[in-house]
Amino acid sequence: MWSFFHKLASPKHFYRIAGAWIPWLGGITLLLMVVGLYLGLWVAPPDYQQGDSYRIMFVHVPAAWMSLFIYVFMAVCGGIGLIWNMKMADIMAMTSAPIGASFTFLALVTGSIWGKPMWGTWWVWDARLTSELILLFLYLGYIALQNAIEDPRTAARAGAILAIVGSVNIPIIHYSVEWWNTLHQGPTVTRMDKPAIHSSMLWPLLLMALAFQLYFFTLLLMRARVELLYRERRSRWVRELMGNLQPSPLSNNREVI
Amino acid sequence: MTWNEFIHMGGYGAYVWSAYGLTAIVLTWNWVSTLLRKREVFKALQRSLKQQENLS
Repeated sequence: MWSFFHKLASPKHFYRIAGAWIPWLGGITLLLMVVGLYLGLWVAPPDYQQGDSYRIMFVHVPAAWMSLFIYVFMAVCGGIGLIWNMKMADIMAMTSAPIGASFTFLALVTGSIWGKPMWGTWWVWDARLTSELILLFLYLGYIALQNAIEDPRTAARAGAILAIVGSVNIPIIHYSVEWWNTLHQGPTVTRMDKPAIHSSMLWPLLLMALAFQLYFFTLLLMRARVELLYRERRSRWVRELMGNLQPSPLSNNREVI
Repeated sequence: MTWNEFIHMGGYGAYVWSAYGLTAIVLTWNWVSTLLRKREVFKALQRSLKQQENLS
């Protein structure tokens, strides 16, 4: 088990293992999405209060969950990179930021599109919406910081600190609907007792959430591989991969040591 | 549900389909931009490796 993780931390093995996983993850993502969309848009009945408009939930809620999950993932990877100086953790934190930003953007915009017919307004400055908007700015700030700093080590350190400090916003977003009076409805799935949602609507929601989760990991691995290749462009394994060097008989042994 | 009802979404068609359409565009764009970046990096690497080869 541990040797497997050690292997993953080594760039050469990460590149190979991630490359083998990507088609499988991508395939399962697509499958879950098709089934989730079919159940959510075709099979599930209209809501007794919101009619068919509630179907926006099947993309809005998973996107919002992902916006939080990816931020925590980014902060944890940043922290690991900061403490143990791990190149793979730096790359993971950096490559997850744009995906997180796009899910945050989707959560805000699909929420706005849902809010117009249900609340009568595209936007209100309430706690949930405002804190989610701040999350988008945190992501954009992180990306700008990465682009502004030339040296990848320094960029990773600065980014990690920003991500960790910014993570105080995460519980604020989660509990905002309980702490403040807001137009936004409270949680219906993550409650201690039974979810306040019928299973015909819960299933497509969970399938879409899982699909988004796997979508994130698929893209993360794809992006991390490309970034890794670029950062390691002067190393022997990359030159071997590009077909410019014959693999040396020693290179495999060196990797084990 | 009939095909017409599906498109109409009980009067909320414009809202529901714009939300889903936008999601599809963003998720697809993330994927395509990753592939474009991959191609760019591969080309740059092959170019620079070729230069090194010519020098040595």
